Amino acid sequence: MTGPSRLLRWLIPLTVVPVLALLAYGFRTDPREIPSPLVGKPASPFTLTAFDGTSLSLEALRGRVVVLNFWASWCYPACYEEAPSLERAWKAYKDRGVMMVGVNYQDKEEPARRFLSQFGHSFPNAPDQGSRVSVDYGVYGVPETYFIDRKGRVRFKQVGPVSDELLREQIERLLAEAA
Amino acid sequence: MRPAGLLLAVALALGLLAPPPAGAQPAAPASPAPGVAPTTAPGAPPAGAKVPVSEETVHEVAAQLRCVVCQSLSVADSPSEIAHQMKDIIRERLAAGESPEQVRAYFVEKYGTWILLAPPREGFNLLVWVVPFVGLGLGLVLIFVVLRRWSRRPTAPPGVDRIDPAMRARIRREMAEDEG
Repeated sequence: MTGPSRLLRWLIPLTVVPVLALLAYGFRTDPREIPSPLVGKPASPFTLTAFDGTSLSLEALRGRVVVLNFWASWCYPACYEEAPSLERAWKAYKDRGVMMVGVNYQDKEEPARRFLSQFGHSFPNAPDQGSRVSVDYGVYGVPETYFIDRKGRVRFKQVGPVSDELLREQIERLLAEAA
Repeated sequence: MRPAGLLLAVALALGLLAPPPAGAQPAAPASPAPGVAPTTAPGAPPAGAKVPVSEETVHEVAAQLRCVVCQSLSVADSPSEIAHQMKDIIRERLAAGESPEQVRAYFVEKYGTWILLAPPREGFNLLVWVVPFVGLGLGLVLIFVVLRRWSRRPTAPPGVDRIDPAMRARIRREMAEDEG
């Protein structure tokens, strides 16, 4: 009878310890947190036609800090929560070398236009035909906001709504850097 | 002790035979360079020549990519709008002359290896590729060892009366009383 019990004495810790170690590792990581591989890399160039017909391209914005916000009219409540903050930040920073661009993701034109007029957005917004720009920026869902520095590199990615504090903090940080 | 040992061996064998985590779908078609992280991924598809693209190749690439708005669905299987558009992007890039590996590398560059349904066989991820097979092997060895141990030991040591003589006498006595 000593045989199997000696085996058990080893087997139990041998199975339990690795499983516990794996669980300890797994439960301390956030499965929803997906680090963007784009932070620190040059931002993908894009050319978009805004709802008002003007042309937008990242190339033309070099030297400015760019806030690139992906949104949709069906994205309730997150996109509705952040919308007033975006407009406030735009008004506060547009004369200080900051450009804000809204990219409308997976949406229909009419509800998208209604969203823009509801919040009185005065910064350019453009639909993303075929989600080309969204995939180029590795967008999983909306809202997502990218902060691009004067040299055209992605410096920060916010998944989920942005707040006044976050916008101010990120914009000020990038404005403080030399061009 | 014996049933416990058997249970343990069976449980171990079954547990280790369990399918690998959803992320590690062995069904994903093997490609020449599985899970190679891109070092030089193209920023934009090369302009110019249009190459004929087979839907099979589009499907093959799409089947390896995770649909960004779904739970455990590939771009090939998802009916969502964004998955359709991602397939359009795959088709476009292949038509522009990119290889399936280059197209996959483009998505990995944008989304990280998260986008791949089968985790690349490197670093920590190696665990999900190796552990099931190691476990299976260990389970088989364990079953073999335990079975051999049991078959070697006789069921009851010969010549040993396992019933206490006093008990035996009592049973005899009580049976005799019943009959009488």
